[in-house]
Amino acid sequence: MRRIIAVLLENEAGALSRVVGLFAQRNYNIETLTVAPTEDPTLSRLTLTTEGDDGKIEQITKHLNRLIEVVRVFDLTEGDHLEREIMMIKVRADGATRAEVKRTTDIFRGQIVDVNQNTYTIQLVGPSGKLAAFIDALDRNQVVEVVRSGVSGIGRGDRILSL
Amino acid sequence: MTERLSGGDMLIRALHDEGVEYIFGYPGGAALHIYDAIFRQQEIEHILVRHEQAATHMADGYARATGRPGVVLVTSGPGATNAITGIATAYMDSTPIVVISGQVPTDLIGTDAFQETDMVGISRPVVKHSFLVRAASEIPDVVKKAFYIAASGRPGPVVIDVPKDTTDPNERYEYNYPAEVSLRSYKPSSGGHVGQIRNAVRALSEARRPVIYTGGGVVQGEASAELVAVARKLGYPVTNTLMGLGAFPGDDPQFLGMLGMHGTYEANCAMHHADLIFAVGARFDDRVTNNPAKFCPEARIIHVDVDPASIAKIIDVDIPIVGHCKVVLAEILAVLETEIADTLDNADDVTAWWQRIDRWRAEHGLDHDQSERRGAGGSLLPQQVVQAVYRATGGDAYVTSDVGQHQMFAAQYYRFPEPRRWINSGGLGTMGFGFPAAMGVQFAFPDKTVVCITGEGSFMMNMQELSTCMQYSLPIKIINLNNQALGMVKQWQDMQYAGRHSQSTYRDALPDFSQMVASFGHVGIKVTTLEELNSVVPDIFGDRYRNDLVFLDAHIDPDEHVYPMSIKGGALKDMVLGKEEPT
Ligand SMILES: Cc1ncc(C[n+]2csc(CCOP(=O)(O)OP(=O)(O)O)c2C)c(N)n1
Ligand SMILES: [Mg+2]
Repeated sequence: MRRIIAVLLENEAGALSRVVGLFAQRNYNIETLTVAPTEDPTLSRLTLTTEGDDGKIEQITKHLNRLIEVVRVFDLTEGDHLEREIMMIKVRADGATRAEVKRTTDIFRGQIVDVNQNTYTIQLVGPSGKLAAFIDALDRNQVVEVVRSGVSGIGRGDRILSL
Repeated sequence: MTERLSGGDMLIRALHDEGVEYIFGYPGGAALHIYDAIFRQQEIEHILVRHEQAATHMADGYARATGRPGVVLVTSGPGATNAITGIATAYMDSTPIVVISGQVPTDLIGTDAFQETDMVGISRPVVKHSFLVRAASEIPDVVKKAFYIAASGRPGPVVIDVPKDTTDPNERYEYNYPAEVSLRSYKPSSGGHVGQIRNAVRALSEARRPVIYTGGGVVQGEASAELVAVARKLGYPVTNTLMGLGAFPGDDPQFLGMLGMHGTYEANCAMHHADLIFAVGARFDDRVTNNPAKFCPEARIIHVDVDPASIAKIIDVDIPIVGHCKVVLAEILAVLETEIADTLDNADDVTAWWQRIDRWRAEHGLDHDQSERRGAGGSLLPQQVVQAVYRATGGDAYVTSDVGQHQMFAAQYYRFPEPRRWINSGGLGTMGFGFPAAMGVQFAFPDKTVVCITGEGSFMMNMQELSTCMQYSLPIKIINLNNQALGMVKQWQDMQYAGRHSQSTYRDALPDFSQMVASFGHVGIKVTTLEELNSVVPDIFGDRYRNDLVFLDAHIDPDEHVYPMSIKGGALKDMVLGKEEPT
């Protein structure tokens, strides 16, 4: 099962490498990883997605908690949560395809953020599944370049991860 | 008025304020400011080793014997990388050591400078935590945190990497050693969950075939007295892991001996047939469980450990209790004493259980007096050597060991009366650990008998320390079970590779150990028969050699195997018991 794990950690040099190192060392898989400082500059918040059954996720969260610089670990997928990822995708858009790309972008509520004669660059925000669906909706041959931010997530309502 | 000190002086002063007596180390360029600070003080004694790996094992041995962190100082680059094996050894056995490594100056980091190694990076998977000093002024704080992290919770090694510029003698700072440390991201647990304690007591009082299985956590956690009290109150059988030996008195009838791959028949059978396993400070290592799918099929499991990540890692647990072993055992004892009558309702079942265990013990238990046996051609047997050492020391020595057959013979036949007396590399299985570890123990306890039971293969991995022993007059007693082979490897090859001894023998290429140690000013004695053994062992531990390092080179039957030995992929009860009698 796919899991989204949020981690609060000390915003210190080397802290991120311990988290990443842990996954390599224990043979856990990281699918996406995003990290940035929070409103409190001494803390970073990291969101990562991984695959695993309950036992494996339990081990992952325990081992994350064992890292000295990790302050809190939260498995977002255990309850209601929001998940967002941002993608920028450059698509060949010339002649007849130009209108069609624009139409598909509108359907997915994407924005065209850069244009030239041959390409559109489209920005799309949403759960990872939506981004994947958008790529699928395009003609593969039209896709020139894709960059995705990786997932970030937050609990709904009273599910709060803080100090 | 606060003093103004250089970074190097602050580092040494902070160690002193932390109560450090010894630094085990080896100098080099990046550490020279620190070495100069050592030269200009008297409080801490620096022990000059001959190889940085040995320094880490010495600090580790010191830590295991005393419970206090051992301290290592090495230079950057090769000094740091040489320390890695010892750091990993300490990590796997959760022992508190603090390793200070010199680093190239901050402005050279990342430039492939002379003797530059990313120590924080290279040690990361084998430390509990590490620090790269960013500024001299943070040194006192970093030292305080390092010792706190190393020794609290589940202990472990901590690295402090110190760029040379932060120890510059010309730059001075106000020195204040912090009285306390608090880390918002690190709060080791102590007492167990009250509800879980009650559940555990209920399960314990209802058990019909209980076994108490304890590991290194009870030794490290100073919980032996509490363990003994709980075990006495319940009257249940106790087994220890390789790391846990000594937590329960080794010659006590309630003790089943060690369990696991080379555990006793009765300990492994009792575990397999138990209906309740009370695991304390143990981690269900694969050398204990054998095939996890076949592990203790009928048992409910209570697991007490200070590290939540150890619980349910390998084996599912019915009653997990996260907490310090000492505190949790005391809590369990308190509930047992107030709520459980003098005789438990399960007394008849437990009596029947003991009868079964005693039968296993009578059938295939270890023979603690093998003086009638002889090896091939009348040769000496390794068990006889360990038994002679056990008798001559009255069970009262600190015994370190290395890795191999000799280690298992020592674990099986030296019956440890107390915790912290048995010191070996259980988790990483580091050959070369035993001798330097013994040195660390001898520094901690100059008047105690310290024995290293080793094999010639393991000894040769750190024998350069004979020179260090000469320098500091360490009267260690080294018992070399010399089978002229990498015996444990050879045993596996006998059992699993039809006796093809690929790269496990070197019979014609061994030194005369007695002469070799004599050249370092030590006493070397060679024995080849039981009679010779019996005539020298009392002397070795008597007044005659009280102040000498003695190396007993005991030439033993090279073909002796360690038994019992678990059958790969089987259950805990599945063991080979001897060359002629597989189960
Ligand atoms: C550093 C290291 N290298 C290799 C091994 C694998 N190993 C385990 S036991 C053993 C043989 C040990 O030989 P010796 O010290 O003579 O002990 P014996 O088994 O003969 O008693 C070896 C090579 C190890 N444990 N550690
Ligand atoms: Mg050998």
